[in-house]
Amino acid sequence: MAAKKPAKKTNVSGDELKKYYREMLLIRRFEEKAGQLYGMGLIGGFCHLYIGQEAVVVGLEAAAEEGDKRITSYRDHGHMLACGMDPNGVMAELTGREGGYSKGKGGSMHMFSKEKHFYGGHGIVAAQVPLGAGLAFADKYKGNGRVTFTYFGDGAANQGQVYETFNMAALWDLPVIFVIENNQYAMGTSQQRSTSTKDIYHRGEAFGIPGEMVDGMDVLAVKDAGERAVAHCRKGKGPYILEVKTYRYRGHSMSDPAKYRTREEVQKMREERDAIEHIRAVILEGKFATEDELKAIDKELKAIVNASADFAKECPLPAAEELWTDIYA
Amino acid sequence: MAIEILMPALSPTMEEGTLAKWLVKEGDTVSSGDIIAEIETDKATMEFEAVDDGVIGHLLVAEGTENVAVNTAIATLLEDGEEAGAAPTPSASPAAPAPAQATAPAEAAAPPAVAAVDLTPDWPEGTPMKQQTVREALRDAMAEEMRADEDVYLMGEEVAEYQGAYKVSQGMLDEFGSKRVIDTPITEHGFAGIAVGAAFGGLKPIVEFMTFNFAMQAIDQIINSAAKTLYMSGGQMGAPMVFRGANGAAARVGAQHSQDYAAWYAQVPGLKVVMPYSASDAKGLLKTAIRDRNPVIFLENEILYGRAFDVPAMDDFTIPFGKARIWREGTDVTLVSFGIGMQYALEAAEKLAEDGISAEVIDLRTLRPIDYDTVITSVMKTNRCVTVEEGWPVGSIGNHISATIMERAFDYLDAPVINCTGKDVPMPYAANLEKLALVTTNDVIAAVKQVTYR
Repeated sequence: MAAKKPAKKTNVSGDELKKYYREMLLIRRFEEKAGQLYGMGLIGGFCHLYIGQEAVVVGLEAAAEEGDKRITSYRDHGHMLACGMDPNGVMAELTGREGGYSKGKGGSMHMFSKEKHFYGGHGIVAAQVPLGAGLAFADKYKGNGRVTFTYFGDGAANQGQVYETFNMAALWDLPVIFVIENNQYAMGTSQQRSTSTKDIYHRGEAFGIPGEMVDGMDVLAVKDAGERAVAHCRKGKGPYILEVKTYRYRGHSMSDPAKYRTREEVQKMREERDAIEHIRAVILEGKFATEDELKAIDKELKAIVNASADFAKECPLPAAEELWTDIYA
Repeated sequence: MAIEILMPALSPTMEEGTLAKWLVKEGDTVSSGDIIAEIETDKATMEFEAVDDGVIGHLLVAEGTENVAVNTAIATLLEDGEEAGAAPTPSASPAAPAPAQATAPAEAAAPPAVAAVDLTPDWPEGTPMKQQTVREALRDAMAEEMRADEDVYLMGEEVAEYQGAYKVSQGMLDEFGSKRVIDTPITEHGFAGIAVGAAFGGLKPIVEFMTFNFAMQAIDQIINSAAKTLYMSGGQMGAPMVFRGANGAAARVGAQHSQDYAAWYAQVPGLKVVMPYSASDAKGLLKTAIRDRNPVIFLENEILYGRAFDVPAMDDFTIPFGKARIWREGTDVTLVSFGIGMQYALEAAEKLAEDGISAEVIDLRTLRPIDYDTVITSVMKTNRCVTVEEGWPVGSIGNHISATIMERAFDYLDAPVINCTGKDVPMPYAANLEKLALVTTNDVIAAVKQVTYR
């Protein structure tokens, strides 16, 4: 099924296009596998899949530089893979094993990587928003020129602490990019049933924070917008808002029967707006790669994901002593 | 080789379900993401998607089958070019490894009968002393640590230009500038979260809450973000920071501004909790708190801010956490208190001495960790104990101390432990009622007389 949207001419090189294709497809294959392991009972509790939203993190990571920080909510697997965290460590955390990023003590919603500047993985809706501004506060304090990508959803956008944070981020010119991943459903409540304004990014205007709407199903559009936002922050001009319109194909979590939307709505998005199909079409039309080359990439990614699943299944459970470690530094 | 499609678990608690409907038939080609079946759990009917691409080989479980166990093979999927052969026998579901029985560390599980008490003095003998208020001691502690470490900064409402709502940060803006002494908007949830994020990012924030009543707005960030992240990250990152401010009743400010949070925060693993009484403890403990690599709740008291105590005149003076202070030695009863409760405990001890009752008075100083050993050793000597605190009675620090004494020194007790606490009511405004609601010196004296059968 090819994306119906005609591919635009682009200045991006074939290698870059293939890189984005590969990164997005890795997330999709990983999440499909995570869903499968959940179904087998190997992953417990809550598990929120990122399928459908892959272009958001891949596009923004393409705009980031080494040392920039990122923080997000509980729908975090895609962010971790996109910033270069090891699929084995992520999958093993999902299965609660000692080889996971948090030694099995965090789970799907709570993973971190100091090395990759990934600050979690937060389970309380919108709590990561002031935390992300705080990371930016620390960078501004140190004067190191870094920016922080603070991701949250359209649901979180109705929490009070978001606007407390907008106020202080603007007041103190913090180098933070607020990325509203608008997948149009706050769990089961659609944006129009929960949100008084049509475009959430306009809410930044009340605080003097510039923002824009971005097509989150087009990785190149996301990258362009991300570069504008990063440039704004690095110039010391304060925060920037990107409202990235995207869509999650799966339920809110694995236990969501998704009765609040029709199967046709999901199917239409998948067939007409899928971000991976879109970039695939750009690559093929531009003759940057052949069908066979893309198939080989998929095969390679499936092998990586299968290896991560094997690792996550074979890795031992954390030792009982781990119950009592990492409570105090 | 054919792939088995297994009955999925579709919720955290699902063990079996009904295979309501097949949406594919044998021989159909499916791609990952295609819906292949509807499955009913106890909560809902869920759509079940294919994970892999291929051709449906055999449907092993007929639609309408109830009580299909999770992980039962329900169909087979053939890969490219594969022929449908005989239906494979469903393999047994993989057994989940049994979790090992967790054991608590030895010090929590089986404490030694005889406690080891740290009796080293807080400062060397002969150290010159100076009189200082708690307010000045707190400011000096912050200023000294900010001089020593560029990563330490102070933020909160009115801490800079106003010089502190209770004048604790007096002079600090002048010395350190607006980069490090930061006035925030009135937005506790937000600035507490920003400070936790800054701590993740390598700074060592001191967050002043004008009073801890307002920290209720921020308690999610304090507990869910600051206290738990070190654990949730497997030790990769935590929040080295201090949340400080006035706690407990002031005078005539009514129910919403008069509450002691000691027991609330003391319950939370990942936090450290300090509640000083004297100026020397305020200074030495706040310096330790700022240097600590964990989030510390530092509970001050408005009434004590202006009170003067002897403070050692030393360049660098700290007091370790988890070390109680024996203010007064005695033989007939142990009084255990902290914060402003110490005022009532010490007054009661003075009056009891006139009646010939010798009370030992212990200031816990830190409530997480608690110096159990000093309390237990004292109770083994006096055989009686009364706890004193301003907070509410249910789930109080006194309750916890009583339980610990029962576990560790039951046979030494000659009377039940009594907890003197604030009354179990919201704080009233009227002067007479407010007095009745607070713990008093007379409450403590009456409790001591009860446990000493006088």
